Amino acid sequence: MEKNYDLEKYNQTTHVIGRSATAVTLVMLVGAPFLIGSILGAMPNLSAAAKGYLAVGIIWTVSSVVEFLVYTPMLGAGGGYLAFITGNLINMKIPCAMNAREIAGTHTGTPENEIISTLSIAASSLTTIIVLSLGVLMLVPLQPVLQSEALQPAFANVVPALFGAMAYQYFRRNLKLACVPLVIMTILFTLVPSLISQTSIMILPGGAIAIVLAWLSWKRNKGEGK
Amino acid sequence: MISQLNSIPLYLICGGIVAFVAVVCVIFMIRAYRAGIAIGMDPGRLKRTLTSSVTFSVLPSVGILLGVIALSGSLGTPWPWLRLSVIGALHYETQVAQAAAEQVGIGSLSASAMTPEAFATIALLMSVCIMWGMVLSLFFNKGYLKRLAGGKKEKSTGKKGFGDMAMSAMFIGLVSTYIGSYIGGFVSGNGMFSFKGDLTPIIVAAVSALVMSGFIYLCEKKKMVWLESFSIAASMLAGMLAAILL
Repeated sequence: MEKNYDLEKYNQTTHVIGRSATAVTLVMLVGAPFLIGSILGAMPNLSAAAKGYLAVGIIWTVSSVVEFLVYTPMLGAGGGYLAFITGNLINMKIPCAMNAREIAGTHTGTPENEIISTLSIAASSLTTIIVLSLGVLMLVPLQPVLQSEALQPAFANVVPALFGAMAYQYFRRNLKLACVPLVIMTILFTLVPSLISQTSIMILPGGAIAIVLAWLSWKRNKGEGK
Repeated sequence: MISQLNSIPLYLICGGIVAFVAVVCVIFMIRAYRAGIAIGMDPGRLKRTLTSSVTFSVLPSVGILLGVIALSGSLGTPWPWLRLSVIGALHYETQVAQAAAEQVGIGSLSASAMTPEAFATIALLMSVCIMWGMVLSLFFNKGYLKRLAGGKKEKSTGKKGFGDMAMSAMFIGLVSTYIGSYIGGFVSGNGMFSFKGDLTPIIVAAVSALVMSGFIYLCEKKKMVWLESFSIAASMLAGMLAAILL
């Protein structure tokens, strides 16, 4: 590592930029419906919005807390701010950052990992922004192609395709560790199929089981090493 | 109503926010790249990270574009474009928009029933329901990471620390949960132990894993390391093609 580079300053500035960008984006996102409402000639109905929030928002609030607690350590500071601004965490940003970490061979908590994670999330977010913007520009010719009956099964299975590839990548080196959560979660979803609609919340027990097993294995290896 | 929702002022508002977020991404990317070079990281490794992340993200992004198209029929194009570019999540938007439409009394998401008040309310609810990750990130990212780093500073022995194992384990738990949900869905999705649920996600995941194993073989045994950046995207493509052929 070069001696003259001030990483502490880099990290501090990352937090300043990340917080400012997050605050501005939040204000714009919540303000946009009111601004659009003023153009359309009607403001949002706050009472209906509150009822809607109680009906569907609570579960997403819990999900957001879980996502923040679980994914922030994976993403680091820069990657974390960007990922929470740009969204699509489970189906894109988290696997993308993990894949980049795997390719670059960096370790959690190191400056290298922070940099790789930030680069990865920024590149991924920009790719989505560009694809969506091009798609919106070419909506008329693209719509019939993308919505064709033949292609629907492919787009309905983006996430299984992603997790299949990532499962091989991670399971092959941690087969013992992967077996237990996989079997337990399969049994759970088989016995209580209604939980399938709550898969994003069920990541928490699945992850907890794997982390406890990893900790036990790490302690055992540490003990043997003494 | 739909023409109002596709009007130029709406494109300008939503496009402005998307442009702001794109600029933030560029700033973070340039800073991280420069910092990487400054601390002595191999530029080739940094470029490979960028290439792999771009190729990795293209297919899921096209899937997200489908979400924009699906919502554009009832909410116009600019708002779904914004929602799915910023904080949005593909599995979230349609569900919340639908629930919000019920709350504002238009029954279901449809262009014919949409009113200016209903649209503004739906748009507000879509923003508020999912913003909490950002709010937590704004206030607690720094403190949370500092606290986690504090716990890791015990010793640096050169051995793989528990932090790495914990992150890999969490990801293995995440993937196991999803794969478990596909298997559970097939076994009990259409009646307990009926084995009549949807088999497609399991086959898609299996094909994708098989192709990935081929790429890993080529990368590790045949030393074709350049394939690494495209391995996930190509494996996904194979899995998605399998879904079409089924």
